[in-house]
Amino acid sequence: MNPGNVFFAMCAIVAVVGALATVLARNPIRGAVGLLSTILGIAGLFLLLKAQFLAAIQLIVYAGAVVVLFVFVIMLLGPDAGLSTRAPARAHAARALGGLLLLALGGTGLALLMGSVEAPTRFGAARVDHGSIEAVGGLLFHRGIVPFELATALLIVAVIGAIAVVRTTHAPKAKPVVDSPTQRMFHGPLHPRDAGRPLPERDEAAP
Amino acid sequence: MNALGYMLEHYTLLSGVIFTLGAVGFLVRRNALVQLMSIELMLNAVSLALVSYNRVHDSDMNGQMFAFFLIAVAAAEAAVGLAIVLAFYRLRATVNTDEADVLKH
Repeated sequence: MNPGNVFFAMCAIVAVVGALATVLARNPIRGAVGLLSTILGIAGLFLLLKAQFLAAIQLIVYAGAVVVLFVFVIMLLGPDAGLSTRAPARAHAARALGGLLLLALGGTGLALLMGSVEAPTRFGAARVDHGSIEAVGGLLFHRGIVPFELATALLIVAVIGAIAVVRTTHAPKAKPVVDSPTQRMFHGPLHPRDAGRPLPERDEAAP
Repeated sequence: MNALGYMLEHYTLLSGVIFTLGAVGFLVRRNALVQLMSIELMLNAVSLALVSYNRVHDSDMNGQMFAFFLIAVAAAEAAVGLAIVLAFYRLRATVNTDEADVLKH
């Protein structure tokens, strides 16, 4: 038994179980922990694939930032905000059917892929500096310098956009011009003037 | 010898499984947070495929460079997506995407 085999099997099981937990969890906190488990498993596989730099980045950015951001938002929304609500039985059946169809499609594709493999592609001996921080960093700052700088711009824009989306407070205006459903929607139903009124009708029988 | 973990096909299979789970989660679940996490699952599966193919074609490291940019884009996507979820929750006090019909009316 090769230690690499054991490590691959461990990481693969951790990743798939985490993905299953993410998709199936009723409580989003458990989903976030499942996502964390998938990320850890894939970081381990990156190490096995001689991508040390990417394994470190995966741990720092995904496990350190993205999952923590998810957990912060779940906490901010409150304990039961993210809990799944009961949907009508018809919607449940439709979703389950759609999920099964997708799984069957994915399974068929994977089976075809595995069936079409005649000679498996084995990994040869990699170069010594394959995936090292020096090599990937050198590549990033030579051939990848333009996308690298564009990525920084993307991150800045994303951060500014996130702040702009979140800090928009719809302060109740002194006198709304039009009393349309949209107006009421955007100024929030909790305005004292509107507190007693029913919300505009919407069809609740959404699929 | 059964060289588990030393063949490209195993990584491709694992990546496909995780991607399919993420796609099913995104389409079946109605919780916006879980849908965002499913997107992260799909992005992770793709970066695993990129890195494993790069291990075979190791004359350069373009696959790892792509995976690096993919992680940057995924971080930006998570930040903006969670901000939208938060703003939507303030508007409607729910994260159920069936309720996200403000633009319809």
